[in-house]
Amino acid sequence: MDTNTIVVLLQSTIRVSVPLILTALAGLYAERSGVVDIGLEGKMLAAAFAGAATAAVTGSAITGIGAAMLVSVAFSLVHGYASISQRGDQIVSGTAINFIAAGATVILGQAWFAQGGRTPALSADARLSTYKLPGADAVRDVPVLGPIYSDLLSGHYLLTYFAFAMVPITWWVLYRTRFGLRLRAVGENPGAVDTAGISVVRMRYLAVICGGMLCGLAGAYLSMALANGFVKNMSAGRGFIALAALVFANWKPKNILITCLLFGFLDALSIYSQNADLPIMGSIPDQAIQALPYVLTVILLAGFIGKASPPKASGVPYVKER
Amino acid sequence: MSDFAIELKGIDKRFGAVHANKNINLQVAKGTIHGIIGENGAGKSTLMSILYGFYQADSGEIFISGQKANIKDSKAAISAGIGMVHQHFMLVENFSVLENIMLGAEESAILTKGITKARAELKRLEEQYEMEVDPDAIIEELPVGVQQRVEILKAIYRKADILILDEPTGVLTPAEADHLFRILAQLKEQGKTVILITHKLREIMAITDEVSVMRRGEMVATRKTSETSVEELAELMVGRRVLLHVEKGEANPGEVKLSVRNLTVRDSRGVTMVDNVSFDVRAGEIVGIAGVAGNGQSELLEAIAGMRSATSGTVTLSGQPVDVTGPGDPAAMRRRGLAHVPEDRHHTGLVLKFEEAENAMLGYHGDRKFGQSFLLDVEAIRKDAMEKIEQYDIRPPNPRLKTANFSGGNQQKIVLAREMERNPDVLIIGQPTRGVDVGAIEFIHKRIIEMRDQGKAILLVSVELDEIRSLSDRIIVMFAGRIAGERNPDASEGELGLLMAGVEQKLEAAQ
Repeated sequence: MDTNTIVVLLQSTIRVSVPLILTALAGLYAERSGVVDIGLEGKMLAAAFAGAATAAVTGSAITGIGAAMLVSVAFSLVHGYASISQRGDQIVSGTAINFIAAGATVILGQAWFAQGGRTPALSADARLSTYKLPGADAVRDVPVLGPIYSDLLSGHYLLTYFAFAMVPITWWVLYRTRFGLRLRAVGENPGAVDTAGISVVRMRYLAVICGGMLCGLAGAYLSMALANGFVKNMSAGRGFIALAALVFANWKPKNILITCLLFGFLDALSIYSQNADLPIMGSIPDQAIQALPYVLTVILLAGFIGKASPPKASGVPYVKER
Repeated sequence: MSDFAIELKGIDKRFGAVHANKNINLQVAKGTIHGIIGENGAGKSTLMSILYGFYQADSGEIFISGQKANIKDSKAAISAGIGMVHQHFMLVENFSVLENIMLGAEESAILTKGITKARAELKRLEEQYEMEVDPDAIIEELPVGVQQRVEILKAIYRKADILILDEPTGVLTPAEADHLFRILAQLKEQGKTVILITHKLREIMAITDEVSVMRRGEMVATRKTSETSVEELAELMVGRRVLLHVEKGEANPGEVKLSVRNLTVRDSRGVTMVDNVSFDVRAGEIVGIAGVAGNGQSELLEAIAGMRSATSGTVTLSGQPVDVTGPGDPAAMRRRGLAHVPEDRHHTGLVLKFEEAENAMLGYHGDRKFGQSFLLDVEAIRKDAMEKIEQYDIRPPNPRLKTANFSGGNQQKIVLAREMERNPDVLIIGQPTRGVDVGAIEFIHKRIIEMRDQGKAILLVSVELDEIRSLSDRIIVMFAGRIAGERNPDASEGELGLLMAGVEQKLEAAQ
């Protein structure tokens, strides 16, 4: 493989990693607070639809992003109400969201746009725009470093830069702020938070709202950047991959970046290997590569690579004990 | 200004059918250590949780330093100057000491500034109260005694003037407990008010200025510690009940059916619950184990029944040795002629959501009489249940009724019928009449005597001293996991009370 191929492969790795990073971080906020969020997939899908539909109608990308986040947060609040206020089963609630999102997006899409569940193709203004880093064109011809700067690092969507920036920001929030301290505590021992005079319910709602916003951005990225409009079931399991990445990353922001890039790379590789026979490997079915993130996660959970240590109170509704 | 740090008036709290606190009045003088003593389940923890805003009282008033306080949550309690060290520590285990201390009292949205301040303040408090803790240590790596110190520091850091400690010594070694008492004395010296909840009389006598006794949700007495005695407190705690008269003849003890030797049981935290206990139960006699709840009786029963593995020791059942140190196997114990009526019928004795008939054969569903193949013979099960219902006068006589809908006494009869009708050689019974109405108590007592007269070996554990005295042929008193002594059933209540309080043991040790 020459430099160009590698750059192309890495470029597409970055492109497909973005929704994974945003969604995994969304899951991180929720699960660190003790709310298991299996509905990431559904929220992302619903947000993708809301974003594309709104952008198509209004012609404004910003409005589209706003709508995507709004819808995703709304779903988060439903999940929060079921699992925090009503102390319901978090898996059931999350699964319900996945089903509702899968069905409702198609039905509403057909009802509103009559294009077989798609939303109309977005105009240039309604899509997310890319951003060229300063001097990108000037250094393109510099060997090795040139393509890396101009093609790999430059020319991505603003949301891409935002997603990558969110990793250190999340780390900072988690470990350097009052909100983060309480968030981590409420996912480990809500009793300690309650007796410290902090509302467990409020903390958990705040956490799922954070998750909802990030998930909304991931959805907007899918339909307004990666694609040019909403297509039925376009999240295609990314929410679950993100969930796997979250587990694989042991609920830590820095690891999430690495894991999502790894999983993204596998995804990029599977796209790449569809049209080209790879040296050494020859051609392998892309399903095998697509399944790899899950396989790796299962191997991790089985204890072969380090030890997964989820937040202790994750998935457990908080009930004051007698 | 009032002289009372805390004054409770008419506090009342129910949890469904359980009346946990009945019209509680309490006054705690400023700058004193006030003990609240009572058996497990007497309502002490509930009362303190109300004071700390963890629960809301159904009715009643709380006054802090003479001011009426509305403690609607823990936050309100903290700002009223109340701090609490819970029985199960409220610490985030993978956080550092400093993070735990700061949680909820961070001062600013970004931690950096607060951390420096908290570190300095923590150091100051450590010196003032002589409690050394490494602020950067991770909680789960610290011994429990130190974790408890962190809890105390957490409260003081929040400027608590009133410190509540709920059963603080349960998880501590004697040395750690002594250290804790030194800290509490220090706190008192510095003008703090301490409320100490415990069921251990020794601690009350050692450290408190005043003591209040709770029994079955009621505050039965308050005494100056200097003017009371262990005997009086023990009696107040256990309570005198109308002596139930049980007709019984002389026992005819036969051969040894159950033999326990050097049994030691440690719980999951490594605390010794049963300490080198040995005794025999013969056919045709009832051996009663008396003791204040929490002195190892429950663990002893569970170890013998195969529900909990012992650390060391041997149990012999009808002459055959039983492996009690391995993983327990209650089913094997049952097959070998041991029947067990567990102490807590709701959690271990019954499945409340099941029909009466299902509970009446629970654990014996493999019997051929309940089905020849892998299918259960529902008709046979109901017929069997109906027979038991008639024999034990279980009401309502409906084998298809959900067990949760029976009264406590009838639920207990379902368990007794199931275990007694197996015709076991050895019957071990925990709290046969807890939460049972008087009519059923009489019936149950009669049945137990009948079983004895049929030549069964019966081991009875009860926290009701009267019950032990009226049923047993021999009484073993447990204190702190050990056998404090053995007495005849005609021993006086006072004498047994002393043993239950561990007094004689101390005297023996001193001699």
